[in-house]
Amino acid sequence: MNSHEIIEEVIHTPVRLHILSVKVENKPGVLMRIAGLFTRRGFNIYSLSVAPSELGARFSRVTIVVDAESAPLEQIVGQLNKLINVVEISDLSPKDAVERELLIATVPTHVDVRTPLLDIIATANAAIIDVDSSAVTIMLAGTPSACDDLERELEAFANVELYRTGRVALPRLGTPA
Amino acid sequence: MQLTGAQALIKSLEQAGVDVMFGYPGGAILPTYDALLDSSIRHVLVRHEQGGGHMAEGYALATGKPGVLMITSGPGATNAITPIADAYLDSVPLVVITGQVSTSVMGTDAFQEAPIIGITAGIVKHSYLVQSADEIPRVVAAAFYIATTGRPGPVLIDFPKNVSLETMEWYWPSSVEELDLPGYQPEVALDMDAVTEAAELINQAERPILYVGGGTIKSDASKELLAFAERTGMPVVTTLQARGAFPDSHEQHLGMPGMHGTYTAVTAIQQSDLLISLGARFDDRVTGKVSTFAPHAKIIHVDIDPVEFNKIKKVNVAIQSNVAAALSALDKTGTKPKNLEVWWKQLNAWREEFPLFYEAQEEGSPLRPQMVIEAINKSSKPGTIVSTDVGQHQMYASQFWKFEEPRTWLSSGGAGTMGFGLPAAIGAKVGAPDTTVWAIVGDGGVVMTIQELLAASAAGINIKVCILNNEFLGMVYQWQQLVYDGRLSHVALPSPDFVKIAEGMHCVGIKATTEAEMHAAIKQANEINDRPVVIDFRTDASENVWPMVHAGASNDDIIVHPSQRGN
Repeated sequence: MNSHEIIEEVIHTPVRLHILSVKVENKPGVLMRIAGLFTRRGFNIYSLSVAPSELGARFSRVTIVVDAESAPLEQIVGQLNKLINVVEISDLSPKDAVERELLIATVPTHVDVRTPLLDIIATANAAIIDVDSSAVTIMLAGTPSACDDLERELEAFANVELYRTGRVALPRLGTPA
Repeated sequence: MQLTGAQALIKSLEQAGVDVMFGYPGGAILPTYDALLDSSIRHVLVRHEQGGGHMAEGYALATGKPGVLMITSGPGATNAITPIADAYLDSVPLVVITGQVSTSVMGTDAFQEAPIIGITAGIVKHSYLVQSADEIPRVVAAAFYIATTGRPGPVLIDFPKNVSLETMEWYWPSSVEELDLPGYQPEVALDMDAVTEAAELINQAERPILYVGGGTIKSDASKELLAFAERTGMPVVTTLQARGAFPDSHEQHLGMPGMHGTYTAVTAIQQSDLLISLGARFDDRVTGKVSTFAPHAKIIHVDIDPVEFNKIKKVNVAIQSNVAAALSALDKTGTKPKNLEVWWKQLNAWREEFPLFYEAQEEGSPLRPQMVIEAINKSSKPGTIVSTDVGQHQMYASQFWKFEEPRTWLSSGGAGTMGFGLPAAIGAKVGAPDTTVWAIVGDGGVVMTIQELLAASAAGINIKVCILNNEFLGMVYQWQQLVYDGRLSHVALPSPDFVKIAEGMHCVGIKATTEAEMHAAIKQANEINDRPVVIDFRTDASENVWPMVHAGASNDDIIVHPSQRGN
């Protein structure tokens, strides 16, 4: 990431968002317990992603971006910690984390939009991953703000189908844990 | 040794130390009920799963041991939701085993299927869906470990029928490590720096209060509390969940704080400069309007559950610990406020001016409910257990019964569950068969679980039930008078014939309308020990609970008994 991107990221990510990297036991219902807890306690989830990780079959990592204005972060972390299946929580403030998320979008390609679309793809460092005679599917793996930017650019096109994964994060290297 | 899943479940309960359980059989749990026949565990057949859950709670609250409820799937399981929620809010250790339809049909809306794990996710400490018979001993051992350690609470085990029919090779986990709980560390080492800081605050305090909550009883800390309070000379208040944690007869006891607390307890907290919270959680019924609660006080907060710190009030010193260990550590520092003479002079003046009060009984009038409670209290041996529902009768009982020992007061605090008192009394009596147990209930709540009289009489569980019957939903009536300009909305409860109901359920039923009948009825009830007794005390509907802090109001605006208002 270059310095420009870092500055972009800090500016574009509201401070109230915190990234919780949550190590959970790989048990049925664990996502239900987390989602249910956020609903019951009135905490807002900004994004959530869950996947197996380097931790092996026994554990998964859930990355939750929470809105710490909906409740004090201390409460959110504390209540999450009370879930028996939650093993460990790291609270990453956005400035101490590297975050990425994946955006994919299918954009219809009439003749008159091809050039501007190709420009956007090039500028955003996005890639074309599928093509047919009437549309392309593009992807961007980037910072949340880069995905925000691309999403905004694509608003100019009609009938775009767009998905984002929500972010995953790790501590920035050289940051004290 | 090969066992079926059902046999393994029952054997696991035995291994976990269960000698009595409450329950109700049905389709999905039938294999387990069959295995139960070969067990030494006593089973109390309830008449409704809600009643069974409150019995398990009453048993747990009276004995300190976990309560166990076993019921079937679907409606059996959903009927137990209220006691599970109740146990969660009041931190009662409970293990609930629900039958479940076979795993092959789960999710197909099979007969008597309910997704009880999902339904209860927000009101359990943890829950398990048993997926193979091999898991059973580990799951049961873990369920009891989780329910009883740290902050206690309900744990649910959902047990599919096909798993109960599988076979497994028996084992029993020999250590906590084998329970597979990498995310659960209920106890942490006491933070001695925090203890030192707390001791320092106590040394400097001029107007301290020991604010004693239910965690004090949960951690069996009454002895440590008495020693610490007496050595330091600090005044004590006990919340609704902590009644009995400190003797009511003790001169340092100011009574209960909160919405219907004593004037002195409420006002002392407001004026205090140091609030030492011992296993209490700053519930809204105690704090009133939070922004004006104890505005001058620094706060030391002792709690086993760190999430309680700063949840409602910012604390100055947090000590994550059970109350007993924290009090012992604090006591060892020798901490003591320098001089509490001025404080006690003020407290005693308030006590003198605003004692708990009710007007004397008038000839020909319905009974004063407070008088009934005092009369039963006077006729009862020390250590008598009292359970209640929620409402006016609960507040009268908390105010006018003199509690001297922990685990003698069982009341639904956090959830405020009508229908708790009668079955909780049954559960308590099962746990303490040689102790007299009174359910003090209102005419509204008692009918919500009154069918459990049948469970009691059938099993020879001889509780005594005091119905304070004013033919109204008393607390709602009080609020509608005071807050809703006397607009009475659906609050009158024309009385059933409680004597006939009692007799129909093979209990003794007595009706008392005059003071003489009241004394005679209590005497008769105390002489009957071979059947449950129900007394229908006809009480005065115009009586209100005082003092009162309106919901959301500041504790500074406490309203005392009308006769004390000129003061």
